[in-house]
Amino acid sequence: MISIILLSGFGIINLFVGFLKSKRILLPLSLLFLAIVFGINLLDWNDTKSYFDNMITIDNYAVAFTGIMVLSTLLMLPFTQHYITRNDENIGELYALILFSLVGAIMMVSYNNMLMLFIGIEILSIAMYVLAGSDKSSMRSAEAALKYFLMGSFFTGVMLFGIVMVYGATGTFNISEIAGSAEALGTGGANNVMFMLGVLIIIIGISFKISAAPFHFWTPDVYEGTPTVWTAYMSTVVKTAGVAAFYKLMDAAFAASYPAWMPTLVAIVVLSLLVGNIGAVVQQSMKRMLAYSSISHAGYLLMTLLAFNEFSTSAVLFYSFAYSTASIAAFGVLHLVAKQRGSEKYEAFNGLGKTNPLLAFAVTVAMLSLGGIPLTAGFFGKFFVFSALVENPDMMWLIVVAVILAAVGIYYYFRVVIAMYLHPVAEDHTPIKSTSFINVMLIIITALTILLGIAPALLSGVL
Amino acid sequence: MITALLLFWPALAALLVLLIKGEGAKKVAFIATLVEFAIALFAIVNFVPDATTQFALDMPWVERAGIGFSIGMDGISLLMVLLTTFLVPLIVLSSFKHDYKNPHVFYALVLFMQTGLIGVFVAMDAFLFYFFWEVALIPIYFIAAIWGGARRIPVTFKFFIYTIFGSLFMLAAFVYLYFQTAGTELAAHSSNVNAFYQLTLDSATQSWIFWFLFLAFAIKMPVFPFHTWQPDTYTESPTQATMLLAGIMLKMGIYGVLRWLLPVVPLGVSQWADLVLVLSIIGIVYGSIIAIRQRDMKRLIAYSSIAHVGLIAAGIFTLNEQGLQGGVIQMLSHGINVVGLFFIVDIIFRRTNTREISNLGGITQTTPALSIMFLTLLMGSVALPLTNGFIGEFLLLSGVFQYNHYFGAVAGLTIILGAVYMLRMFQGVMFGTKSEATEGFADLTFHEKAVLIPLVIMVFWIGLFPNTFLSISEPAVGHLLSIINR
Repeated sequence: MISIILLSGFGIINLFVGFLKSKRILLPLSLLFLAIVFGINLLDWNDTKSYFDNMITIDNYAVAFTGIMVLSTLLMLPFTQHYITRNDENIGELYALILFSLVGAIMMVSYNNMLMLFIGIEILSIAMYVLAGSDKSSMRSAEAALKYFLMGSFFTGVMLFGIVMVYGATGTFNISEIAGSAEALGTGGANNVMFMLGVLIIIIGISFKISAAPFHFWTPDVYEGTPTVWTAYMSTVVKTAGVAAFYKLMDAAFAASYPAWMPTLVAIVVLSLLVGNIGAVVQQSMKRMLAYSSISHAGYLLMTLLAFNEFSTSAVLFYSFAYSTASIAAFGVLHLVAKQRGSEKYEAFNGLGKTNPLLAFAVTVAMLSLGGIPLTAGFFGKFFVFSALVENPDMMWLIVVAVILAAVGIYYYFRVVIAMYLHPVAEDHTPIKSTSFINVMLIIITALTILLGIAPALLSGVL
Repeated sequence: MITALLLFWPALAALLVLLIKGEGAKKVAFIATLVEFAIALFAIVNFVPDATTQFALDMPWVERAGIGFSIGMDGISLLMVLLTTFLVPLIVLSSFKHDYKNPHVFYALVLFMQTGLIGVFVAMDAFLFYFFWEVALIPIYFIAAIWGGARRIPVTFKFFIYTIFGSLFMLAAFVYLYFQTAGTELAAHSSNVNAFYQLTLDSATQSWIFWFLFLAFAIKMPVFPFHTWQPDTYTESPTQATMLLAGIMLKMGIYGVLRWLLPVVPLGVSQWADLVLVLSIIGIVYGSIIAIRQRDMKRLIAYSSIAHVGLIAAGIFTLNEQGLQGGVIQMLSHGINVVGLFFIVDIIFRRTNTREISNLGGITQTTPALSIMFLTLLMGSVALPLTNGFIGEFLLLSGVFQYNHYFGAVAGLTIILGAVYMLRMFQGVMFGTKSEATEGFADLTFHEKAVLIPLVIMVFWIGLFPNTFLSISEPAVGHLLSIINR
C-alpha cells in the first residue's frame, strides 16, 4: 500500500523537478525512487493487509508481482538515457508518467474489487497512450498512440460492460464475494446467462490488454510506432500486470465456472500461439518480430490459467519475469541499434558480434531465453508453465501444440543471433555507441537471466 | 565428488581459455582436456564393477518440485565419460595446425561443450539430463556455424532447429512422466531416474511417450528417416566440430535410449520395437548404398555413420544382452574410428585441398605411416576380426539375429556393404597413380601421429581385449535388463 502512495508522490515530485529540464537529475532520481519503492514493497512480505473497505489486498501475490514489475522498470529505465535528446521539453512528464502507470500496474495485481481492477487498468493505459505518442516528431508514433487509444478505450468500455453484468448477476464487485454468489447461482454460475456473458466479456477485455489473439490486431503497429524504450515497458510491465490481474480474477472469482469459460480460453491460447509464432516468422523487422513474439508469449502465459495448482502461480511469476528481463535486453539493444543505424531490420544487427561483443552477447542470451533454451530463465519459464498444465491430462494436446510452436519460435529468434555472429559487418557500420551505465545494466540483466536459468528456485520458490 | 569435478572442470577451463588471447589458447585447452582425461582415469581405477551408480552426488536443485542436481556414474555412463574425455584432447590436438579465427572462443566453446556432453552422461535426473542435452547443443551450433564451410549458415540452422524440435518433445514427455511419479515427503513428485524406473504406466500411455522420447533420440543419432540434417552438417562443419558431432554427440542419442527410453517405457518399446528395427535396418542399407555412390570423402564417412548407427540402434532395441552390450562397445568403437577417419580426411584435405576421391590417388607411395593408420581405422570400421569394430558388430548382429533371423540377415549386409564403400574409398584415395593434387604428398607430422597413434592403439585394444570394457558395462546392462523385464 505504501508503495502506491509513494509512487504517486514521487510521480508528482518528478513533474516539479521536470521544470529543470535535466535528465541528469531526472533519470537518477527516478531510479532512486524505484529502488526505494522496491525495498519498501518487500516489507509487506508475509503480512497480508486489506485497505479501503477491502478494495485492495496486499498479499504475497501482490508483493511478488509488484516486486518484479518495479524491478523491470528499474532495469528498463536506463535505456531512456539515449532516448530523450530530441524532445527534451517534456522529460519530467515522461518520467512522471512511468511512475503513474506503475501505480496502475500495482493496483492491477493487488485489487480485491473489480472497480479497483478497472481503475488500475485505466491508470496504466492512459499513461501508456501518452507514452506511445511521446515522439512528437514521428508520424508513426502519433499513429500508434491514436490506434492504441481508440482501440484501448473501446475495449476498456467492453470490459466495464462485463464487470457490470457480473455485478448484475451477483450483486457485488468484491472478487471473493463474487465467488460466493456464483456458488449460490449453482454450477459456479455456469448456467446463469448474464453471469457467463459478463465473464466472457471480461476475458475479451483483458485479452486485449495483454495482446492475446484474436484481440491482438493493434499490437504490431502500436509496438512498431511507439518509441522503442516505451515498447519495452509496454511488452513487459503492462503484460505482467495484465496477466497477473487476469490470473487473480479467474482464480479468485470465476474458478468455479471453469468448465464453462475454459474452451474460450483454450481458443485464445491456441490462436495466440499460432498468430504470434507464425506471424513472427515472416517479419523482416526485429521490432515487429518482437511484437508478434509478445503475442505468442501472451499465449504461453495464459496457459497457466487453464490449471490452478501449486505450480501455476509461481509459473506466472517466473515466466513474467523471465520474459521481462529478456525483452528489456532485446528492446534496449534494438533501441541503440535502430537509433544509430537508422533501421529496425535484422540486417541492422549484422556483425554486431564483432563490433559490440557485449551487446551481441546480451541479445543472444535474451533470444535464447525467449526461445526457452536451457541455461536461461526462459527455459524454466516454459518448463513451469508446461508443468502447471500437464497435471490436467485433457490438455496434453495443447502442450504438444505449444511445444511445436516453441520450436518455430527458435527459428525467428535465431535469425537475430545469426545476423549478429555469422553475417559480416557492412562497411559503413561503425560500432554502436553505448554508455558504460547501459553496459552495466545489460550485464546485470544478462546475469539475472542466466542465474535464474541455473538456480530457478531463487524465484520459483517464493510464491 | 569426482563426477562433479569431471563435470565442472571443462567449464572452468573454458572461462580460463576465454581470457587467453591468441595461440596460447589451444595449448591451455589441450592441457585442460588432458587433466580431464586423468580425472576420468582416476574414476575408472576407483570404479567397482557392479550395477550401482557410483561417485554419486545428489543435491536439491528445485527442491520444492523434487528436481535434484543428481549426478553419478554406472558402468555405461563411465564408458561414455571415458570415450568423451579420451577423444576431446585428441580433437583439440588435431586442430593444432588449423588457424581458426578467434582461437580463444573456439576452444572455450569446445570445452564448454565437453561439460554439456559429460553432463548428459552423468545426469541421474530427467530435467538435469534435458538441461545438459541442450547445453551441449549450443556450443556445437556456434562452432559449426562460425568456423564451418561455405553453406554453413542454412545447414547448421537446419540442424539446430531439427534437434531442438525433437528435444522439446522429450521435455514434454519428461514433464508428463514426472507428474506420474510418487515423490518423497519433501515434494509431491520426483524427476530422479529411479523414480522414473518405478513408474508402471498402462501400455497406451507408454505407447505415445515412447514416440515423444524416441523422436528426440532418433534425430540426434540419427535413425532413418530423421537423418536428413546429418550429411550436410557433417560436411559443412569444421573437422573438429564433425569429430565432436559424430564421435561423441550422436552417442548422446544412443545413451538416451539406454538410460531414459528402454527402462522407462518398456511396454511402449515392445510395441514399437519391430518398427524401430525395420527403420534402423533401412538406415543401414540406405546409408551404405548412398555411401557407395559418394565422391566426397567426408560425405562418404557421414553416410557410413548413418549405417553404423543404424546397426547400433537395431541392436539395443532387441533388448537382449548381446544387443545391449554390443551397442555399448560399438559406441566406443564407432567414436574412435569415425574421429580417426575424419581426421585423416582433414589431413588429406589440407595437403591437397580436395576431398574428391577421383582427384586423389597414389598417396601410399610416399606415406607409409599414414597408410598404416588409415588402413587400421578403416578395418576397424568394416569390422575385421581383431579390430574394435568386429567385437561390436558381432555382438550387435548376434543380438539382432536372436530377435529375428530375417532382420539379422539383412542387417548383416552392413559388413559386406561397409567393406565395399570403405575399400573403394581407400583404393581411390591411396592406391593407383599419383594425381596432380597428391604430387609431393608428405607423410604424417608429429602432431598428426600423436592424434592417430592413441586411436590405433584403441582399435586393437578393444579388438583384442574387449573384456576390459565389456566387464565395466556388464553389470549395468544386466541391471537395465532386469528393470526392462520386470
